[in-house]
Amino acid sequence: MSAIQAKIGEPPVSDELALVQAAKEGDVGAFEELVRRYDRNVFRIAQHITQNREDAEDVVQDAFLKAYGNLNQFQGQSKFYTWLVRIAVNEALMKLRRRRPERTVSLDEEVKTEEDSLPREVADWSPNPEQQYSQAELGDILTRTIQGLPASFRTVFVLRDVEGLSTEETAEALELSIPAVKSRLLRARLQLRERLSRYFQRRPGADGRKHESGDGTQ
Amino acid sequence: MKCSEFLQELTNYLDGMIDDRTKAELEDHLAWCHNCYVVCDTTKKTIEIYRDSKLYELPEDLRTRLRTAIVTKCQAQKKAGPEHA
Repeated sequence: MSAIQAKIGEPPVSDELALVQAAKEGDVGAFEELVRRYDRNVFRIAQHITQNREDAEDVVQDAFLKAYGNLNQFQGQSKFYTWLVRIAVNEALMKLRRRRPERTVSLDEEVKTEEDSLPREVADWSPNPEQQYSQAELGDILTRTIQGLPASFRTVFVLRDVEGLSTEETAEALELSIPAVKSRLLRARLQLRERLSRYFQRRPGADGRKHESGDGTQ
Repeated sequence: MKCSEFLQELTNYLDGMIDDRTKAELEDHLAWCHNCYVVCDTTKKTIEIYRDSKLYELPEDLRTRLRTAIVTKCQAQKKAGPEHA
């Protein structure tokens, strides 16, 4: 079984520091180019965390404006994107806390124990499980499933597996240790797998293949 | 290798972040433990399905609107001077 490949399509960083430098010197056009590069990513991350479209729109604006206002604090030790993600995650968590004040939302929260991640459902999936559903149904299943994860797991999974940040970049963006990122990622992946199994497991006839019935038909 | 030990290494295995010796041990376990094989395979599919999903794509019209708002506010900040940044 081959390893999961890293997400492709990451923009080149060669000219990124030049853009950041120009933006620091007051070139709004250079900053606009940085917005173009990363607005889709920031929106996705924000919506995954806040679970709310309007909040995600606000987070995109607030995160970029905060980044612009604090560009002088970006020293270039990390990638601009990692720095931006850290700002966006904090903005998104603040939105979530405002919306759900009854629940403390923190990336440091320890959620349940290891047992909650132990696989219970080990039935195999259909060969192309996602094709059993329409695009809209699949989107609904994936959204509802990931919404059920605690925010701390969801955020790590989204940064690492959806956005393709490395473990080190994820740790830096979330101000977590590398072992903490790995532990949350494992539990997030296993919990999502467990929940998706309800929809995707192989059922007789559900994958469109005829099963041997023993009645003599071929 | 026990199944619990396999699970502890699952993330490193899927991410290709393990040494050759551990990888060989994990694959030896996978060869005879059907449950771990299924968990490993379906976890990999879980990641791929989410990665390939088009959840929360930013529509182009909203994208333009947000970018315009951001740029306008950046220009206002710039005019107001660095002390207002």
